[in-house]
Amino acid sequence: MSGDHGTYYLPDPTKWPVITSMGLFLLALGFTLNIHSVAPGPWVMLVGALVIVVMMFSWFGQVAGESEAGRYGHQVDTSFRMGMGWFIFSEVMFFAAFFGALFYARIFSVPWLAGDEVLWPGYEGGWPTAGPTGANYIGPDAHEPAAGQFSSIGALGVPLLNTVLLLASSVTVTIAHWALKAQQRGRLAFWLLVSVVLGFAFLYFQVGEYMEAYQHLGLTLGSGVYGATFFMLTGFHGFHVTVGAITLTVILVRCLRGHFSPDNHFGFEGAAWYWHFVDTVWVGLFIFVYIL
Amino acid sequence: MSEEITAVADHHHDDIPKGLSRWLFTTNHKDIGTLYLWFSFMMFIIGGAMALVIRAELFQPGLQLVNPHFFNQMTTVHALVMIFGAVMPGFVGFANWLVPLMIGAPDMALPRMNNWSFWLLPFAGMLLIGSLFVPGGGPAAGWTIYPPLSIQTGMGMDLTIFAIHILGMSSILGSINIIATILNMRAPGMTLMKMPLFVWTWMITAFLLLAAMPVLAGAVTMLLTDRHFGTHFFDAAGGGDPLMFQHIFWFFGHPEVYILILPAFGMISAIIPTFARKPLFGYTSMVFATASIAFLSFIVWAHHMYTVGMPLSGELFFMYATMLIAIPTGVKIFNWLATMWRGSMTFETPMLYAISAVALFTVGGLTGVMMAITPADFQYHDTYFIVAHFHYVIFCGSVLSMFGAVYFWLPKWTGHMYNETLGKWHFWLTVIAFNVTFFPQHFLGFAGMPRRIPDYAQQFTEFNMVSSIGAFVLGFSQILLLINVVRTIKAGQPASDQVWEGAEGLEWTLPSPTPYHTFVTPPKVS
Repeated sequence: MSGDHGTYYLPDPTKWPVITSMGLFLLALGFTLNIHSVAPGPWVMLVGALVIVVMMFSWFGQVAGESEAGRYGHQVDTSFRMGMGWFIFSEVMFFAAFFGALFYARIFSVPWLAGDEVLWPGYEGGWPTAGPTGANYIGPDAHEPAAGQFSSIGALGVPLLNTVLLLASSVTVTIAHWALKAQQRGRLAFWLLVSVVLGFAFLYFQVGEYMEAYQHLGLTLGSGVYGATFFMLTGFHGFHVTVGAITLTVILVRCLRGHFSPDNHFGFEGAAWYWHFVDTVWVGLFIFVYIL
Repeated sequence: MSEEITAVADHHHDDIPKGLSRWLFTTNHKDIGTLYLWFSFMMFIIGGAMALVIRAELFQPGLQLVNPHFFNQMTTVHALVMIFGAVMPGFVGFANWLVPLMIGAPDMALPRMNNWSFWLLPFAGMLLIGSLFVPGGGPAAGWTIYPPLSIQTGMGMDLTIFAIHILGMSSILGSINIIATILNMRAPGMTLMKMPLFVWTWMITAFLLLAAMPVLAGAVTMLLTDRHFGTHFFDAAGGGDPLMFQHIFWFFGHPEVYILILPAFGMISAIIPTFARKPLFGYTSMVFATASIAFLSFIVWAHHMYTVGMPLSGELFFMYATMLIAIPTGVKIFNWLATMWRGSMTFETPMLYAISAVALFTVGGLTGVMMAITPADFQYHDTYFIVAHFHYVIFCGSVLSMFGAVYFWLPKWTGHMYNETLGKWHFWLTVIAFNVTFFPQHFLGFAGMPRRIPDYAQQFTEFNMVSSIGAFVLGFSQILLLINVVRTIKAGQPASDQVWEGAEGLEWTLPSPTPYHTFVTPPKVS
């Protein structure tokens, strides 16, 4: 039945949610088995991940198809927008937990430990630090530190470049959005492609930075509270960039197939919102993780 | 939005799907609500059985039935199952059933996602309860899973961490759906300040969930990496701090407490006016009180940690902020009392539950104020006093309200009246047994009996025996609820459309039982 203007589309029963839940269950179970080196762990994880990938193609494909078939009225569009907005809010709170950990360590736990004269009398604190028993920090970008030392990644090299890349990609996504609204499909595809390329370029440099940290700077996930907050914050951000860049790629493919119209393009906007969110988190990271 | 709110159902929507696939694949808010409620009841029974293991062991001093490690698993999993498996899904079940009916919407805003929010739960439940059967057993660090203890336990803790992640996803998706439904799907004329209070309280609860659950996800993720991937978030040797976990955990944990109670306030606000045959006293103040409680819930978390050695200024701030909560909560209690004042009251089972919920929640609220006083809390901290306190709040505030709500709305859902005599038996047995179980625990706590310990000094024996006997009566009384609900669904006197003489609101204008699809054409609200 058509979703004429003035109707709220109620979907038919669907098998994908329960299948997705099963996939997540397998992923979680497999991961746990993996951690504890129980034999079928990786296979269980793989099956779980495949289930989720298949679901994404099918479920999201179905929604895209329904949208293009004109089944969603204005009100459904509003539901989607609210859903995406509040989802991003929950993501902000997820990052807030890790930023909270960073601030707590810098403002409370490290100074408290440095002030403690009983347990670790020689510990002076400061930031970055790997804690009283961890490696000593020897300043940024100091290559090949000796055993028991670690370095960090200076803000002005790759991180600054990555900041420029991500900020630029936010601008190009917006230009693509203007083009979509102005019915300029060529410009839309071009600027969206530029955004996707910028996103993946960011990831390329981020991976290079991680390799540099592990191989040449002595900075790992185990480098005390600095290493933990550095890698978890940038790592979860990087994961979100990956998701965002893949999403934008899907949106690009949809654009090339002629999807979206000036009035009906929630898929595009949802992806763009997510991209701006990822961008904003990066600005926070650049300031609080790299510069300060 | 008004001109475009008419709903269109797909052509085969008119027949209700049959068999197992109906329940697995449903996108209907009533089916999903039913699934949530049965899941919640099942978890309530499983969690209750764990509580009975605890109380059986504590019947006398010494170690009788279970070893201490298993006892710790029971206290931990009992709490997690009850909070994340019984109470929260129970409330979401009511939200699914009632929010669309109360605001005149054809369904929830995002029906497929609604199915997903539910079907995440059984799988998360399998991980959580399954953790009891892996080598090393289930989580045994208490439901608050504080490091360093939670860093040291086995595979069961990892399964619990992932279960919490998936439960959190379910709550977040459910909350998004509820907010979108309330903000976007209201019938023409149903302005925000005309919404039933249950809808208001759920909207605010959904906001709390969206803000709190991701923080818990972050906290348990840090636990996971500290356990297996070499991070030092909670390890002082690496510059971290085990206390940091407590701060992050309780930043989630305190809003969580209000997540567990606010929808119950909405239920009470529906039941009491109906049986007092008077409109709710102070509707606007109820809305603002709910919002104030929600706001305050984010700035009081450290009252769970008075004894960890916080700076004095911190202890003072959290003490005063916590006490402030008594004001909006008091507003609510007085509004309910004023609603009953000079009402033509009758005392059917839902009303009995609502009144007892108000009275006994107040007991829990007052012990809460006692513990908000920092110096006094040093005496009560981690004793049976806190156990008594939060059972008065969560069992009496949330669970009794939900029982009342089941009896209240079941006739509307099934088209049959429940058995009033059986309902009253269930009520009196539950409320008396509850008090027999938990009131003595106040005294135990004052006398210094610590919580989460399988053995105790001999002077605590009598109160523990009384408490254990009460617990078994309380547990087995719930069979009456099951019998009554099943009998109501299968048979029972037909219920009228309005069901209750004093019932007001859109859901009572519908036929009983409610058709599979309702408000396909939105009602006009004047």
